[in-house]
Amino acid sequence: MKTFQATIFGMAALAIAISAQAQDYRTQAINSMHRDFHAHGIAGMDRLDEDTVQTICNRTGNNPPKDLAERLQQDQFEAIKYPADGNYLGDWKAGEKIAQRGRAMTWRDKIGKTSRGEPNGGSCYNCHEIDKKTTSFGSIGNSLAHFGKTRGYGPAVQKYVYGKIYNAKAFNLCSAMPRLGHSGTLTEAQIKDLVALLLDPNSPVNK
Amino acid sequence: MASIKLRAVVALSGFALACAAQTGQTAAPMKKAAGGAKSAVAADFEKFRDIMAEASPAELFEAKGKELWHTKRGPKNASLEKCDMGLGPGKLKGAYVKLPRYFADAGQVMDAERRIVYCMVTLQGFKEKDLAKKPFSSASKTPDPVSLVTYVAGQSRGMKIAVPQKHAKEREAYKVGEEIFNYRAGPWDFSCATCHGHDGLRIRTQDLPNISKKEGAVAAFEGWPGYRMTGGRMHTLQWRLNDCFRQQRFPEPGYVSETLSDLLTYMGVNANGHVYKGPGIKR
Ligand code: HEC
Ligand code: HEC
Repeated sequence: MKTFQATIFGMAALAIAISAQAQDYRTQAINSMHRDFHAHGIAGMDRLDEDTVQTICNRTGNNPPKDLAERLQQDQFEAIKYPADGNYLGDWKAGEKIAQRGRAMTWRDKIGKTSRGEPNGGSCYNCHEIDKKTTSFGSIGNSLAHFGKTRGYGPAVQKYVYGKIYNAKAFNLCSAMPRLGHSGTLTEAQIKDLVALLLDPNSPVNK
Repeated sequence: MASIKLRAVVALSGFALACAAQTGQTAAPMKKAAGGAKSAVAADFEKFRDIMAEASPAELFEAKGKELWHTKRGPKNASLEKCDMGLGPGKLKGAYVKLPRYFADAGQVMDAERRIVYCMVTLQGFKEKDLAKKPFSSASKTPDPVSLVTYVAGQSRGMKIAVPQKHAKEREAYKVGEEIFNYRAGPWDFSCATCHGHDGLRIRTQDLPNISKKEGAVAAFEGWPGYRMTGGRMHTLQWRLNDCFRQQRFPEPGYVSETLSDLLTYMGVNANGHVYKGPGIKR
């Protein structure tokens, strides 16, 4: 509750800082989308509404004041659901498939499944280099090649990677990386498989 | 035009494309080719691409669009010859590179496709609802507005992009477009800017132009309307933006809506000053 109040205070301060003119165009943009869009499949109109993180990132050009960012990251962090069994490592082979698959959550897909009936993908290679053997990778995120080899294999790193995939915004409020657990895109088992892809010593990522 | 068609027909015999384009239908060359022997297909494809560079299939759609423009059609049995694309009724030379712009008769800022649909509705009596039903090219059909936009765009080949910012509504469209471009929402927190707001980004091996700057905006303006090698279809920017909103995990934007005109104003103004090469080819 305390963080909530602090957040409201922070938002009020921000609102004052932003010029009335920019607010107008922003409001017009939001109204324009609400007027012009329609729900399609699983992509409902509620997807146009911002949550707190999105609001703050949108209003600060993805560069919120440090104290506000830290407070909101804390809120996001507290909502991460870590595995009840305390075990973070799944099967890296399954993880590789999830990392390769880009399909999920578009208006062509189903809840939890792609349009082809496969489990949701994580789009990881769309943004990251991971296993060096895959040369078709994006550059929005940093390289994750040799992740375990360079960052270590221990439980603390495992927990960090699980949390980062579950909710990237808990560590970097306006990150370009989606909140894949928080948004319901990936299941606990799928995230464990991805942790294994990055942190299992036998994974090709660490060869 | 005739020689272009002839060369294309000869070169594409294996791809069954050219003749289909004339009836407003497109085939999928890649798919058709997949049945053949590998090396032969590869060689054919090289030939296909060389010819493409010389005589873009876009020109076949320009020809189709020209015919549609001048033919009396629709419930009002009228041609589009009285359609004002911004420079006066029927004046098409250089109109595309000055769009989107404000149109006093509609009281709105309109991009090329939005304006063409407006003319098809007001002059020819078509229903916007019908035109919006299946607005994008499929394997079996290229919608008329797509060919018409390609024709109009072809009339600006070699001309400087000069999207106007004189009217207050045009300046407003730019500002609102910029806000839409930067608006993050949806389950994956994406905005256009997540993928197109920084230099040197890639999704897999596809380069993502930085539309917030001139060079990237030019790359995004250039080559549209474009014939896509993947799937063998002619597409306009209305389709491109629709598919990017899908990848952004947003709901679906309305066809020829103000939201898209505003985004295209933002993009077009950022590209101002560059010489437009005309309708082209896209991967
Ligand atoms: C839209 C692009 C995008 C997608 C998709 C994406 N990421 Fe990221 N990721 C980023 C960016 C950008 C960063 C760096 C900024 C940050 O720390 O948030 C990052 C950071 C990370 C980090 C932290 C790296 C470090 O050095 O500490 C990990 C681990 C990670 N991503 C894993 C994944 C996995 C696994 C997936 C697939 C489920 C994935 N990412 C999907 C963009 C993306
Ligand atoms: C998740 C990443 C992503 C998002 C978000 C996204 N795009 Fe794209 N965009 C792409 C990809 C991938 C391509 C295809 C690039 C290619 O084919 O080489 C593309 C292509 C384009 C092109 C054509 C570029 C060219 O070279 O011809 C335009 C214009 C464009 N996007 C505009 C937008 C706009 C406007 C938005 C916001 C509504 C948007 N995109 C959101 C990934 C994205």
